[in-house]
Amino acid sequence: MAAEQSTRTPVTASGDTRIHNIGYRSYDGARLGRAYARRSLYSQSLRGSYGLGRSVKSKVLPMLLFVVMCVPAAIMVAVAVATKAKDLPVDYTRYAIVMQAVISLYVASQAPQSVSRDLRFKTVPLYFSRPIETADYVRAKFAALASALFILTAAPLLVLYVGALLAKLDFSDQTKGFAQGLVSVALLSLLFAGIGLVIASVTPRRGFGIAAVIAVLTITYGAVSTLQAIAEVQNSGDSIAWIGLFSPITLIDGVQSAFLGAASAFPGGVGPSNAEGIVYVLVTLGLIAASYGLLMRRYKKVGL
Amino acid sequence: MIATESLSKRFPRVTALDRLSVDVGPGVTGLVGANGAGKSTLIKILLGLSPATEGRAEVLGLDVATEGAAIRERVGYMPEHDCLPPDVSATEFVVHMARMSGLPPTAARERTADTLRHVGLYEERYRPIGGYSTGMKQRVKLAQALVHDPQLVFLDEPTNGLDPVGRDEMLGLIRRIHTDFGISVLVTSHLLGELERTCDHVVVVDGGKLLRSSSTTDFTQTTTPLAIEVTDTDEHPDGTRAVREALHARGVSVEDGSGLPGAGHILLLTAQGEQTYDLVRDVIADLGLGLVRMEQRRHHISEVFRNGADSGEERKEAVGHGG
Repeated sequence: MAAEQSTRTPVTASGDTRIHNIGYRSYDGARLGRAYARRSLYSQSLRGSYGLGRSVKSKVLPMLLFVVMCVPAAIMVAVAVATKAKDLPVDYTRYAIVMQAVISLYVASQAPQSVSRDLRFKTVPLYFSRPIETADYVRAKFAALASALFILTAAPLLVLYVGALLAKLDFSDQTKGFAQGLVSVALLSLLFAGIGLVIASVTPRRGFGIAAVIAVLTITYGAVSTLQAIAEVQNSGDSIAWIGLFSPITLIDGVQSAFLGAASAFPGGVGPSNAEGIVYVLVTLGLIAASYGLLMRRYKKVGL
Repeated sequence: MIATESLSKRFPRVTALDRLSVDVGPGVTGLVGANGAGKSTLIKILLGLSPATEGRAEVLGLDVATEGAAIRERVGYMPEHDCLPPDVSATEFVVHMARMSGLPPTAARERTADTLRHVGLYEERYRPIGGYSTGMKQRVKLAQALVHDPQLVFLDEPTNGLDPVGRDEMLGLIRRIHTDFGISVLVTSHLLGELERTCDHVVVVDGGKLLRSSSTTDFTQTTTPLAIEVTDTDEHPDGTRAVREALHARGVSVEDGSGLPGAGHILLLTAQGEQTYDLVRDVIADLGLGLVRMEQRRHHISEVFRNGADSGEERKEAVGHGG
């Protein structure tokens, strides 16, 4: 064929400059297999959650939310240092609860970014035509979003902790609080990532995904806190704890006030008892496992 | 390269593959069939992504049912549909896909640059894919299938949506994948004509059944229907008739092209190799007529079905599915 030959012949450009087509070189280097491919997908997705390796436009929102998460912590630290306060104005465990709107917004924007795009542009079949399998894809995406959320929620805690040490607050107290806070946001990250991904993986449309995630996170919280408030007014304090099981953020609140020494944000300030706390932990872990299971089921169907 | 043995795939309402047994050797192999003939289903099974209902298949000597991951490491796949995210550049996308195939980061970047150059993407590879033409997108899709230097690639309808020039370039590229890169190719199409030019071997499937599997030289040399149109002259006011009679006299059976556009002016005959072409040329020259056209007239797979059934090479049930 004519086209073949012409690509092989050296083409004489101006003067003595020659362009040689060096031809095809085969590859016989290392092929690192499934685990490496899964790690690559994880790091690509994690970077993508902060817009790295993507367009400038897609960096704006995640970076902005990250800053919004950290600024209040920095201000609190500055105030604590300046006023020589005896304690930080907010507990480590409380910070994420206070900032839940920002966290929800982040999940809503980045969960669809992570999975809906692959569905919409039909890139998923390309992944599955390579050594990785359904489980690898789901784990990489889940781990990446959970890690991104952990970075988002743990960074301000780190700011608070460093600030607290600078303000020469009690070291052991602060360290304990910081550790409890980290455990709490780790759970929160897994839970929110799971819920966000399950919702986003259903639709190839990013807009729907964003709206659905925001709706699920805010409506459940709104409904739960309203019911809890009514329960408090009607003096049926017992039911407050049980109602809290029905929204992700109150679930985390319940877990940490039962086991992580946090002051509950529930109306009346009474968190679940230890027995109720165990139910909270089980429900939280159950939801995380269920999200994983649902994602696996979803991607079994999305073949080529 | 590929071997299947009475491979069947049944869905609740359709049978996509029906006891398909075929052997594919190294080189460029065309898989031809109408839409819904089972081509894509076959590729899915060969990639180990969809279990066969019955029968077995091997790719590169590996069993598709149990060694899917090993197969997918050594083969490339270019899907029929669009599969490219618009907001990343071709380079970024292909590097990522190379890493997903297990290539270390540096190798992934080097192979990406090489492969994109081989498929004919130069400066534009740094721009977001969203702004590419269909032809460029097809090249990126091809590049991601070749970037890990597979032993075999599956190309699902690679010429879909391309204009005639783009189509020819893509076919030339497919040919080079084998001759220059040393990678075997299984390429699907519903156009037999374009595969004849590119492939060493053609497999025709219809309704999930094998209709025919033979080398392209068999296809073109023995049974090419030929259409001829000639001018009229004062000496031969009906040139078509004159040619028909002259060819009859030389023992070549000729049909009228009834039912075709320009019927009455077109003669159909079956070329039995090179000498038929020479004969037709000589006959027309002797009569002093002008040859308007002489072309291979097989654009429909149904005609292959007819040929296959006529020559008794294949199973008879083929006829029932013709068209």
